[in-house]
Amino acid sequence: MINVIREPLIFEISSPGKTAFRLPPLDVPENPRALEGLPLREDIDGFPEVSETEVTRHFTRLSQMNYCVDFGFYPLGSCTMKYNPKINEKVASLGSLIDIHPLAPESLVQGNLELMKTLERLLCEITGMDAVTLQPAAGAHGELTGMMLIRAYHQAHGNPRKYVLIPDSAHGTNPSSAHICGYVVKEIKSNERGTISLEELEKEMTEEVAALMVTNPNTLGVFESDICRIADIVHAKGGFVYMDGANLNALAGITRPGDMKVDVLHLNLHKTFSTPHGGGGPGSGPVAVKKILEPYLPVPVIEEKDGRYYLNYNRPQSIGRVKSFYGHFQVMLKALAYILTLGPAGLREMTEIAVLNSNYIRKSLEGIYHLKYDAPTLHECVFSDKYQKEFGITNLDICKRLLDYGLHPPTMSFPLIVHGALMIEPTETESRRDLDLFIEAMKAIDREARENPELLRTAPHITYVRRLDEVQAARNPVLRWEKK
Amino acid sequence: MYPENLFYTKDHEWLRLEGEEAVVGITDFAQKQLGDIIYVDLPQVGKTLEAHQTLGSVESVKSVSDIYSPVSGEVIEVNSELAQTPDLINRDPYGQGWLVRLKIKDKDELNNLMKAAEYEKYLEGLEH
Repeated sequence: MINVIREPLIFEISSPGKTAFRLPPLDVPENPRALEGLPLREDIDGFPEVSETEVTRHFTRLSQMNYCVDFGFYPLGSCTMKYNPKINEKVASLGSLIDIHPLAPESLVQGNLELMKTLERLLCEITGMDAVTLQPAAGAHGELTGMMLIRAYHQAHGNPRKYVLIPDSAHGTNPSSAHICGYVVKEIKSNERGTISLEELEKEMTEEVAALMVTNPNTLGVFESDICRIADIVHAKGGFVYMDGANLNALAGITRPGDMKVDVLHLNLHKTFSTPHGGGGPGSGPVAVKKILEPYLPVPVIEEKDGRYYLNYNRPQSIGRVKSFYGHFQVMLKALAYILTLGPAGLREMTEIAVLNSNYIRKSLEGIYHLKYDAPTLHECVFSDKYQKEFGITNLDICKRLLDYGLHPPTMSFPLIVHGALMIEPTETESRRDLDLFIEAMKAIDREARENPELLRTAPHITYVRRLDEVQAARNPVLRWEKK
Repeated sequence: MYPENLFYTKDHEWLRLEGEEAVVGITDFAQKQLGDIIYVDLPQVGKTLEAHQTLGSVESVKSVSDIYSPVSGEVIEVNSELAQTPDLINRDPYGQGWLVRLKIKDKDELNNLMKAAEYEKYLEGLEH
């Protein structure tokens, strides 16, 4: 029996002279100087030479080794790996919308500008904010943009300030974004509910603090029920509340960050609004702000005058451009198609089912897997490997074993405040049947941990590759193929 | 597992007093929690640190964690072996896996640190 199928690299199946095409014979006199003086590429040493059959099979095989939302359940916590409706792709490939030069004059792209402006308005409505920029390329870029707006405001008022407060339950990119923006990060410890401690916040909030960055619901899936009081504490010292909107799939259509006194937030169109991500395409991380920060938004800003749309670059307080051209336009089209398809009632239902699905899993696995925090959770829940650890089984073993059941594992070892974390976010697009398959697999793995732990420690057993040596890969990465 | 002659912090660093100097590393508990360490980021020699200030970071397969200076002082030596063999921290956290040597600014700060017995008690409280 073959127990490891190894697809060679395309370089390794190359043989000299092989091609996927044949040109007709030359029927005119040869002119070796025909291309003289033109910038011609030299031959690339080791460039793969393969037939059409080989190239088709190679990439088809690679695609089959992959796992994607079109294949199955993908409960990667914090990533919102929902199904991406195909109609969005269709809209985003309409020639009349996309076969346009990015420098085409405004008069020729009125329709495109209108679509972008419509998306901005819808996002304002969904978030309860006043203005939106669609430019940022993805979530962390949105965070950086948002923090730059805050810095620009403070700078314009005489003091950029020094610190940014971030709870230990925030998304991992938050501290990095604040740091890149020139701030010193101070961590706020969670209380026993897993939410922000108001006392801790009062203590740390000074007039040298530029902002609080809060993820709501946080990475435990717990809603910050004190968010308005939190905002009051921050505002009293002249700071801003930045909300990481990556978990909007737990709120959209039900409640709005703008109504929670949030000053600025970014959205992940590729999470909440169903555009592909995780290797499936670029993201998009629009930033929404309250009026107070609007003058600082990146240029160009899409504006409307007498029924015509135009790009306004004349905004003296702007932080400038944050992206070439206008952001990831096709991603915006997909998100717009999604929002318009669902409508207000559909968005609300999306959120309700996302929360219901997560709680169905939580209730079904409670007692079998350990829950460190028992506060109610929204769109995701975080278990740990505490019970299975008694049998020497870690969250890594559990995740690897899930692969044998044909399922993508949850996010593991994050958030850091839960040791051995298994962070599960099913999203609303999963049926009861799919959820049950996952739950049954998790229950079976728990039984295996007790009865046959070795089976888990050596998992996965039926995948293309077995357990990878992550330590070796991190210490001695091989990043490039070299000709032997 | 938690040598008697060391001082400990709540963030799982240890400190060994050598005259006016201190050797700093992370505890056996910390290395176990982190798992296999693959990269260590250490400060420049000559850098002055406040107590609780970030001294550097350790990266494992699972995560990146900051390391905080247990006391105030000046960095006078860093463990350069760790650049090539960061797993020394996993294999020998109190010996070859040391991180930095500090010139201590104020010995009174040692009173803020825990002794081995206190640290072990603290760890029991942490068990999830």
